[in-house]
Amino acid sequence: MAQKLYITTSPHVHCGDTIERNMRWVIWALMPALFASFFMFGLGALIVTATSVLSCLFFEWFITRFLLKRPSTLGDLSAVITGILLAFNLPSNIPLYMIVVGALVAIGIGKMAFGGLGNNPFNPALVGRVFLLISFPARMTSWPVPHQLTAYTDAVTGATPMNLIGQIAGGNSAAADQLPGLGDLFLGNIGGCIGEVSALMLLIGFVILLCSKVITWHIPVSILGTVTVLTGIMWLINPVLYVNPLYHLCSGGLMLGAIFMATDYVTSPMTPKGMVWYGIGIGFLTVVIRYFGSYPEGMSFAILIMNAVTPLINNWCKPKRFGEAVK
Amino acid sequence: MNTFKIGGVHPEPNKLTADRKIETLALPVQAVFPLSQHIGAPAVPCVQKGDTVRVGTRIAEPGGFMSASIHSSVSGKVAKIDSVIDASGVRKPAIFIDVEGDEWEPSIDRSDKLVLQSNKSREEIVECIKNAGIVGMGGACFPTHVKLCPPKECTIDTLIINAVECEPYLTADHRLMLEHSDEIIIGIKIILKVLGIDHAVIGIEANKPDAITLMRSKTSMVSGIEVMPLQMKYPQGGEKQLIEAVTGRQVPPPPALPANVGCVVQNVGTVFAVYEAVMKNKPLIERIVTVTGQDVKNPCNLKVRMGTPVSQLIEYAGGMPENTGKLISGGPMMGRPLLDDTAPVVKGTSGILMIPEADAIRRAERNCIRCAKCVQACPMGLEPYLLATASEASDWECAEENWIMSCIECGCCQSTCPSRRPLLDWVRLAKNRVGGIIRARNAKK
Ligand code: SF4
Ligand code: SF4
Repeated sequence: MAQKLYITTSPHVHCGDTIERNMRWVIWALMPALFASFFMFGLGALIVTATSVLSCLFFEWFITRFLLKRPSTLGDLSAVITGILLAFNLPSNIPLYMIVVGALVAIGIGKMAFGGLGNNPFNPALVGRVFLLISFPARMTSWPVPHQLTAYTDAVTGATPMNLIGQIAGGNSAAADQLPGLGDLFLGNIGGCIGEVSALMLLIGFVILLCSKVITWHIPVSILGTVTVLTGIMWLINPVLYVNPLYHLCSGGLMLGAIFMATDYVTSPMTPKGMVWYGIGIGFLTVVIRYFGSYPEGMSFAILIMNAVTPLINNWCKPKRFGEAVK
Repeated sequence: MNTFKIGGVHPEPNKLTADRKIETLALPVQAVFPLSQHIGAPAVPCVQKGDTVRVGTRIAEPGGFMSASIHSSVSGKVAKIDSVIDASGVRKPAIFIDVEGDEWEPSIDRSDKLVLQSNKSREEIVECIKNAGIVGMGGACFPTHVKLCPPKECTIDTLIINAVECEPYLTADHRLMLEHSDEIIIGIKIILKVLGIDHAVIGIEANKPDAITLMRSKTSMVSGIEVMPLQMKYPQGGEKQLIEAVTGRQVPPPPALPANVGCVVQNVGTVFAVYEAVMKNKPLIERIVTVTGQDVKNPCNLKVRMGTPVSQLIEYAGGMPENTGKLISGGPMMGRPLLDDTAPVVKGTSGILMIPEADAIRRAERNCIRCAKCVQACPMGLEPYLLATASEASDWECAEENWIMSCIECGCCQSTCPSRRPLLDWVRLAKNRVGGIIRARNAKK
């Protein structure tokens, strides 16, 4: 027998899954929405997304190389996803330096400060976004109206469905007339952040994530379900003040957050039961912030708050143990 | 179609030898019989150097209640009683026999004739099984006579025959069913008689339609024996998973036994051995071994005398491929790695698997990305990522609180982890420590 044999304990086979495979599928799943945003916001969307991805990659490389002095982690593609998601949460007319600052905060503080992929308690892209929202509230809350394909920072801005919904709830019933039709809302023919406008494209992304077994249905469905139920109740109580739940579902980053941000592996719970509670929490907080908060959009805050609760959820929600019921 | 409810994975089945008839391997030149081939106390030799033995001569007696006899599978002279490195990688005492001719004990019925009836009583049958040295042949090697005497306070209502063979590559049980279905059915009747019940279910995974059809037609006239096709999912052959798949009952966490939910599980290979022991007076001296691997020239199912060196099986299968990086006794999910090809075939050797070097090397592990795939995969409802972290931190308390003793070491978690974390290594370590702590605590009480 000439062969040298390896001695390792079982199991001796692996299903072949890798971090990269999962990340690649997330990137593929983000593509339909990216395509839609190019179509709606043209040049602006392109510049913002490219800048965000490149800055995230740069900061990750710089920090691992010069500050942590570790082998490069660019290959795991997580920085690309953070870059795309950060861009998706920005208006398409935001100046370059703000994007770079956002990327630095996302990667530097949101991820690397905690020890890199796997150790960060908060979704890095959201950390970046919220930092920008607090630092540059004016730039972060004015969104260009679609179809200005060659405009960038000079794009004309206008009210988004989220603003209008807020105004309606505030008693300005005239705003109701300005609300776009549900069809436009579903396809994304509205103002808003780059990645959040087309509910349809985001749902296609959801299907891609499910089919490639990157995520399970629990988090997105429980978020969307909770929002539907809560806004549905409000709508039934007072249809003049509160809009139809479908408007809530299709606007203001809810889909983007539910499908791509809340499902981030690192910062979401580990058991199906925990995932459902986490989703309900996010849905609830989003609705509360939307109705009563001072920001028109609650998704980012809701997810970050629930990220902070995730360790507790992991302690509370244990999987269903084999043989537990018959004890 | 039934299956178990929690977790599970779908490894590539790779049943390369499903259509290969069982072939008989020639006698070895020297046969080696390790004294610990079963769970429990090692057997105690009852022969000495220089003794002449025949095929079927008992060469070692049980070393306690939880133990099993060992019989010579060859005729010849005892060369020495020494030690050998067995499949567990540990040097253990063993009896070496130089083969001369092939002379059988006259009491053994060597004909192929089916024996349908026996007038042995329940006690006699158990004694017979015990004397034949039969242990669970699916790999666990639990002494069969012990399993057939469940604790008095448990009422048994179902005998489950494990014909799942959910480990990839292995086909020994599958072939046995196709070629010896009659014997297996008689074996089941014998065990039913011992247990004093009249209901048996043969659980077969759906990837063996020929076996399902055959067993169905053979049992159609027999009342009380039912064939149940099961959805393919690993580890369905795990005792607890199989019981749930068949009856819907979940065995409570250790130290509870299948008997606590009214079930006794026996592997088809064991059932066949029971038939031979009771009806043919033949001790456990042979077994079916699948010799296989992606690049093996002639993967096959072999009927092998116990004690034959693994090298002889590999030879028959066309030699060990150049690129082999790992030699495994058993299947790829739960099998044990062999140091080299000199180890002997023992009662629990269900397969010999040669894995190419490229697949044998473990990839570098990375940070846990908390993807929860290991949690979804675990058939016992555990959190492997958490148990592994607790183990790394020597936090045995956390491991115990999170049910580590329920782990069946199936490997689903580790085979799923995209970060390639050696989860089961850590879990095994912690399970060992926690097991020790629990034993110490119970001893104090
Ligand atoms: S080896 Fe243990 S922890 Fe891992 S999946 Fe199997 S039962 Fe669960
Ligand atoms: S499968 Fe691996 S990476 Fe995913 S949670 Fe489990 S240990 Fe972590």
